[in-house]
Amino acid sequence: MNAPLLSITNVSKKFGAVVALEDVSLHVGAGEFFALLGPSGCGKTTLMRCIAGFESPDSGTIALNGLDLSGVPPYRRPVNMMFQSYALFPHLNVFENIAFGLRRKGETRDAIEARVSELLAMTQLSNFGHRRIDELSGGQKQRVALARALAPRPKMLLLDEPLGALDRKLREETQFQLKEIQRLMQTSFVIVTHDQDEALALADRIAVMRAGRVEQVAGPMEIYDKPATRFVAGFVGETNFIEGRLERNGGAAALVAEFGRIPCEPCDLPDGARATLSVRPERIGVAREGEGIAGLVENFVFRGETTLLRVRVAENVVLRAAAGYGERHAIGDPVRLSFPPDAGALLAEEPGDEGRNERAAQ
Amino acid sequence: MSARRRLSLGERLVIAAPYLWIGAFFLAPMLLVAKISVSQSALARPPYRPIFEFSDSLADIWSKAQNFTLDSYRALISDTLYVESYLSSLTIAAVSTLITLIVAYPFALAMARAPERMRPILIGLAAAPFWTSFLIRVYAWIALLKDEGLINNALIALGVISAPLQMFATPGAVVVGIVYSYLPFMLLPLYAALERQDPSLREAAADLGASPAQVFLRVTLPLSREGVIAGALLVFIPAVGEFVIPDLLGGSETLMIGRTLWNDFFSNHDWPAASAAAIALVALLMIPLLLWERARLREGERAQ
Repeated sequence: MNAPLLSITNVSKKFGAVVALEDVSLHVGAGEFFALLGPSGCGKTTLMRCIAGFESPDSGTIALNGLDLSGVPPYRRPVNMMFQSYALFPHLNVFENIAFGLRRKGETRDAIEARVSELLAMTQLSNFGHRRIDELSGGQKQRVALARALAPRPKMLLLDEPLGALDRKLREETQFQLKEIQRLMQTSFVIVTHDQDEALALADRIAVMRAGRVEQVAGPMEIYDKPATRFVAGFVGETNFIEGRLERNGGAAALVAEFGRIPCEPCDLPDGARATLSVRPERIGVAREGEGIAGLVENFVFRGETTLLRVRVAENVVLRAAAGYGERHAIGDPVRLSFPPDAGALLAEEPGDEGRNERAAQ
Repeated sequence: MSARRRLSLGERLVIAAPYLWIGAFFLAPMLLVAKISVSQSALARPPYRPIFEFSDSLADIWSKAQNFTLDSYRALISDTLYVESYLSSLTIAAVSTLITLIVAYPFALAMARAPERMRPILIGLAAAPFWTSFLIRVYAWIALLKDEGLINNALIALGVISAPLQMFATPGAVVVGIVYSYLPFMLLPLYAALERQDPSLREAAADLGASPAQVFLRVTLPLSREGVIAGALLVFIPAVGEFVIPDLLGGSETLMIGRTLWNDFFSNHDWPAASAAAIALVALLMIPLLLWERARLREGERAQ
């Protein structure tokens, strides 16, 4: 990571009795694509509004390039925001919307003309300069909003659910465009999203938030493969939570669950500690016979590249495992499940975590 | 467009009802006034000729119509009293409208930005003056403005002035009366326009570097244009023809067309002149309305 452009240090914010942010600390590097990911109400939007200057933290500091932003009004911050609703000015045409920030900076007529044309071209809107906002489609509005926010060359662009209002197909296309534009602009992008796929697809690093706190900050692969908490594992992607007791034997470690022994990577937890192993369905090997934990196929869902199986391995434990393309299993088939040592992420037992993870397997 | 469908009798009646209403209670009296305006003044009862009778044949009506004259309209232009009355009415109405707008805008803004549960109460308060008689409220201003009125007495007691200011019976008093009386008509359309505005537009403008003053001038104000125009028309049009306020507060010095018209009608018994003045006033007031309509239509076409 480059020297931090944005430093958020111990920021807390309450709305009445509701805690929106609790002791949040984050750093975003120059040119980085950063995602704030979490369910609605986790504080990600509040944090973004604090960076833009629409809310002020109760405590803690937000600094840009080492300069404390507290008390700096939104219109003096070198940070621009793309609003979830786009918030395009209905009384101005596309050109004037994009030029709005440049005019406020007092740039010359020629400079404004050149910059707006450049952005119109970049967002494939070259022929739309004179269109009124209500003449645009959803995707076009989204691009105007992006161009308008980028026009004044902000040090950092904040994007509030930028793809939320687009349909599925357009969303994927726009993800690529957004990544490309970010690469070309070399500007830091901070995106707020509740969509894990969006965060994984776009961001260099992701902060997963829950209830006003940051649960984990890491790259997409690490978030996916090595979630730090049970919440992160359950929120990002599908997973199995396997509870058991840790057994350490020299360098090797294993989790002893009621239905068998699952090898796992060395860790800091003491021998005999209660722990949870999060294993992604596609990391579990499925075979008809041989080594591994025995189970019966209870149900399956064909998903194209994989087939998701629900395999009962104990009276009250069902695991989800993804069988590769071409492997066919029928309901009631006996299977063997194998776990490579690096398949799972070992999570220390957290008090009060049970039942919180709706998306996770039981 | 969907295919045209034949309307049932009931549907036609429903659509026709407002037109019938306007025809019977607006258009017909208007035509009557127009007819009187081209008649000749006479010492008679009613004081104009020709008079159509129900027994007139079409030929009678035609021959009587030969006597129609534009004398009353010519008088409107040649008689300086009328010209001055019109100009003074337009000036007083325009100044009043502008002041009403300036006074109402901050109120409307405060109402639109108030917490949501407060807004119905504030709207109720804005409409509260309607609960008492308009006439009584205008009379109350006499007590405030006259030489030994509340304002002068207070200022003298405070030592700000030694002799009472002449406020009552001036054009200024008429402006004050109009601004006070018509404030709700400006306030409500402004409030409606401001309340509709998406707050994120102001945030977006601030985010793009607009100071609070620029946010107001570049976003809030232009987006409230419809409300400003609607409010201005609702104040300006009745203010031009206002009779009660200049009669009560304006004194004999303040010329306004409503009073001139009233004098012609009731004191001079010159019905054709008064009718011509009324028709000319309607024509005069149609101009801004038509211009506004045209601008709206053009905008609508551009939006297509």
